[in-house]
Amino acid sequence: MTGRNRLSGPLDDVAGDAGHQHHPDRVGFFTDTSVCIGCKACEVACKEWNAVPEDGLDLLGMSFDNTGMLGADSWRHVAFVEQARPLGHQQSGLAGLPTGSTGTPLMGEAVQPRLRGAPRGGSELGTSPLPADNRNGNGNGSGTLGGPGPEDLGMPSFARPGDGTGAETRTEFRWLMASDVCKHCTHAGCLDVCPTGALFRTEFGTVVVQQDICNGCGYCVSGCPYGVIDRRQHDGRAQKCTLCYDRLRDGMEPACAKACPTESIQFGKLDELRERADARLAQLHELGVTEARLYGRDPNDGVGGDGAFFLLLDEPEVYGLPPDPVVPTRDAPAMWRRAGAAAAAFALAGVGAFVASTIGSAVGARR
Amino acid sequence: MGSNMAEAHPVGFQWVMEAKARGARLFHVDPRFTRTSALADAHVPLRAGSDLAFLGGVINYILSNELDFRDYVVAYTNAPHLLREDFRDTEDLDGLFSGYDPDTATYDPATWHYDGADPTDTSTGRQSRVEAKLHARGDTHGAGGPTLAGVAGDIASDPTLQHPRCVYQVLKRHFARYTPEMVEEVCGTPREQFLEVCRAWTANSGRERTTALVYSVGWTQHSVGAQYIRAGSIIQLLLGNIGRPGGGILALRGHASIQGSTDIPTLFNLLPGYLAMPSAAAHPDLASYLKSVCGHNQKGFWCHADTYLVSLLKEYWGEVATRDNDFCYDYLPRINGDHGTYRTVLDMIDGKVFGYFLIGQNPAVGSAHGRLQRLGMANLDWLVVRDLAMIESASFWQDAPEIETGEIVPEKCRTEVFFFPAASHVEKDGSFTQTQRMLQWRDKAVEPSGDQRSELWFFYHLGRRLRERLAGSTDDRDRPLLDLAWDYEVHGDEPSALDVLKHINGHDLVSGRLLDGYLDLKSDGTTSSGCWIYSGVYAGEVNQAARRTPRHDKDGVAPDWGWAWPYNRRILYNRASADPSGRPWSARKALVWWDPERAEWTGHDVPDFERDKPPSYQPPPDAWGPQALRGDDPFIMQADGKGWLFAPRGLVDGPLPTHYEPHESPVRNPLYTQQGSPVRTVYGRRRDSPSNPSPPEAHSDVFPYVLTASRLTEHHTAGAMSRSLPYLAELQPELTVEVSPELAAERGLTHLGWAHVITSRSAVEARVMVTDRMAPLYIQGRTLHQIWMPYHWGSRGLVTGDSFNDLVGLALDSNVFIQESKVATCDIQPGRRPRGPALLDYVAGYRDRAGVTPETGTRVDTVTGSDHTHTSTEPNEAP
Repeated sequence: MTGRNRLSGPLDDVAGDAGHQHHPDRVGFFTDTSVCIGCKACEVACKEWNAVPEDGLDLLGMSFDNTGMLGADSWRHVAFVEQARPLGHQQSGLAGLPTGSTGTPLMGEAVQPRLRGAPRGGSELGTSPLPADNRNGNGNGSGTLGGPGPEDLGMPSFARPGDGTGAETRTEFRWLMASDVCKHCTHAGCLDVCPTGALFRTEFGTVVVQQDICNGCGYCVSGCPYGVIDRRQHDGRAQKCTLCYDRLRDGMEPACAKACPTESIQFGKLDELRERADARLAQLHELGVTEARLYGRDPNDGVGGDGAFFLLLDEPEVYGLPPDPVVPTRDAPAMWRRAGAAAAAFALAGVGAFVASTIGSAVGARR
Repeated sequence: MGSNMAEAHPVGFQWVMEAKARGARLFHVDPRFTRTSALADAHVPLRAGSDLAFLGGVINYILSNELDFRDYVVAYTNAPHLLREDFRDTEDLDGLFSGYDPDTATYDPATWHYDGADPTDTSTGRQSRVEAKLHARGDTHGAGGPTLAGVAGDIASDPTLQHPRCVYQVLKRHFARYTPEMVEEVCGTPREQFLEVCRAWTANSGRERTTALVYSVGWTQHSVGAQYIRAGSIIQLLLGNIGRPGGGILALRGHASIQGSTDIPTLFNLLPGYLAMPSAAAHPDLASYLKSVCGHNQKGFWCHADTYLVSLLKEYWGEVATRDNDFCYDYLPRINGDHGTYRTVLDMIDGKVFGYFLIGQNPAVGSAHGRLQRLGMANLDWLVVRDLAMIESASFWQDAPEIETGEIVPEKCRTEVFFFPAASHVEKDGSFTQTQRMLQWRDKAVEPSGDQRSELWFFYHLGRRLRERLAGSTDDRDRPLLDLAWDYEVHGDEPSALDVLKHINGHDLVSGRLLDGYLDLKSDGTTSSGCWIYSGVYAGEVNQAARRTPRHDKDGVAPDWGWAWPYNRRILYNRASADPSGRPWSARKALVWWDPERAEWTGHDVPDFERDKPPSYQPPPDAWGPQALRGDDPFIMQADGKGWLFAPRGLVDGPLPTHYEPHESPVRNPLYTQQGSPVRTVYGRRRDSPSNPSPPEAHSDVFPYVLTASRLTEHHTAGAMSRSLPYLAELQPELTVEVSPELAAERGLTHLGWAHVITSRSAVEARVMVTDRMAPLYIQGRTLHQIWMPYHWGSRGLVTGDSFNDLVGLALDSNVFIQESKVATCDIQPGRRPRGPALLDYVAGYRDRAGVTPETGTRVDTVTGSDHTHTSTEPNEAP
């Protein structure tokens, strides 16, 4: 491998590149969201196995999603997206009913004020409780929904442009569910920027944080183009999915994949998963689900392909995923060459609609 | 239908997804768009409580287009049988069958019988009809149902299915008005969507293909729930989907091993193996009991009930049970009517019940009419609660909602509560019996901590202590307890679950060996078995339930994984998978078949038929019982060996399913003058069990919306096992109420705001979810809204909230005493509910506006003009 490829682009032997010799095949997840039933068994199994703490007993109101997003205390997150549009040839049952216009914008409006910018470069569903006046119930909660800094981030989006506007009758509906997780990137921004070596590439090609080494500097948080890695509030150390490194070493599959009843989360050798995903995509296209697409499958994308990739049924933004994630270190060599001022160059670049924020604003207000 | 499988049975749903991946089409017929709908090919909406009109519409579609699997129907169902001339259908009597007595709101089923069959077991007269209501319930007779005499020989039949009195033609007439237009009017299902279900169901059934039907408690918890399942059975029989691979009716149970707890029942009216609990009036001795299971000249394996019951008595009372004392038959308790949970709760309120055991049950949250449950429990001498966590049913005396209203005062509550922490399923050995009737053994993984103990420990030592306390007693009433063979193997102080399983399997008492199956049971007292259908779980001295050989690709049956009763048969009545001559209907759907060379039944599954009885077998003229089953009678437990399109016995509410409106409905029944089930069980008590008015009663508009409820994946039933766990509580932290955007606009509800739902019982508050998953329906010319809530919340745990079941009243299916908790009427208003005594005033205001009296909802007969009101009576009390 060339030096250029070590920071971006395709990389065939990611573990070898990290110095592992005689290592096993690279493994990962293929999450086929078209068969996800939204049971959240993955979230629970992950927390049980990895002793991740409960992180808030708050109703978010975003369909059945009360987790909000990935974070230090949520290493799996199932998104629920209600949309006034069809899924392939699926019949929603709405045709012919005395319906008015779609209510998903109402849901979006109610949830929107509780969305706020995540300090680590993503967006976050508000996880603070509803304002006290509303809880105490003067009327129906139509009062102001306070919360920290309402900010229209435009995502996760419930409706697509044109949906529910002007239509007298809603006839289409679909309910998408998807379990998100750390992508275990080929070029992992978190790992590349970690100054202590707490983050490392395992022999399986996955990316793991060692809590006993992490000093809580938070560079990794802004280094992740997906907004996945996060610092735990009480000790400040970085946390994220380990792809159950301990289980892998004992020859077991990760807890979430083990618990998934419908094989939406498939664990295996990455090469095999990619083949399986390609076949599934072709099958869905054949069945008329033309909106199906793979996300993170392409080794030529901004992170060199994901170790955990997805089959989605809509644009990534709809699920709260960045459309064109790029490892921040990809452009670092060029920047160094051009500007010669390396330290300033870690600002996020080219992340499209994804909301960037600066390292300095990291607050970690998540509860 | 009636099942939200992806949410309530997510692990089992993997197989549905696998079938879908192989090309199966998945239809989800449900009032709301759920996580099951999200994965289905089509979601088909309908009004909660209108399923029978939908299913009747499917039957009408099949019959009027002659799409039934005719060879199967003629050979294996009672379609050709002729009915008595004096049978009258609901089409003739405007919603009633012949035999209805408006004074008692009961049926005399005498006329619901085959022509020329022996009607010896019928009776007339008022008292006997009351007896009929109390004693002739299908469930009270065990799974065999009442006797059906005179059907072993030839029954008058017309194999061409043309005779106007043959079951096929009667069925056709009965459902003729269940047209797609009528389905649309009753259910709100647009006719094109309904027709698509009909087309898909019929096209995917027959010789080469089969369709499976799944239901859950969304069907059972209705005043006509048993008839929903009957209607599903009729469709599956007409299409040849019973006893065949890929077909069937899959009844998904509500909890782990609920199948097991009906097999070895916790129900007042059953003994193990679906034998009836003896009735004081009808079964004075063993002979009369056995006569009531198998009548004169009747077919089938229920006629061996003598071997099942005597072996059970031998298991209970061991050597004390002898032929001379009827094997201690007199030691069995007797029932004399309705001793169901709701009757018992009313008796608790009335001061007639003194003690109560709650084992893994939380009625304060999980049973209908929660306030009634709590008030009942607050009026006991003692209450024993065994559960994994401190539950509302143990703490009601200090934190029930009635504390706030002043109806329960902790200092004055007389009930002494004993709470016993229970060991969980990973902390004890035992077996689960799942919905396929499969037993799967599990070993203890960890020791229970602290005072937690297994159920086995509790009951074994309770029995031991009671027997010690009574030792030396000369009182005859103590003999049943003192004579029990309470002789289980004990390790330390823990009884051996394996030893209990062996006792259930049964022994040959002469050789001491374990039995290989129920065919080895004897009626002479030389065998024992705790549950005849489970006999064989220890066949060959091996715990068959502990086997773990996965399925092989070639057969898919997985016969060596666990053990399914009876005899490890995975598909019941699988003789029907072969044609009358014993050959599979098609190579694609082969399951079992007759091997002429070896002269036996064989196949992928264990044949559910006498192994060496050839397809050509004709019984001798005087045969009865199993011997009377012909070689092409696949339904070997039925009195006539046939699948019943028409049920001549066993149901108290009619031989055919009929659309009746729910007990609480916003609309008039458009099919008949008879509005609701004419025999449903109601309790007219204004103070503690009122009903909302339904047409033809006035003021039903006070409660204009349809209310339904179900589960969330994230929680388990009454919540004790999930609200107390942080990883589950955080996933669904608050009680919500789902409404459509249209209803939200109509009532001024906002997403995430508060609203409260009101019935004549109570008002319950919840956070609003405005969602496209709910949609209004167009019913009888007007828009009708439905409201949904989950029922998992209560006053304890990490997340708390009002209990949905406080909204539900008492109206029961008289066949099985299951409450109608899947549908009611209600109002919804924005904001939180009043608190304290103001809540009582608020609900009383609704009752007054709706004109609710103790009589509301109790005029169950709306045809004959009878003004009788019906309040279900307690046992032995004259109506």
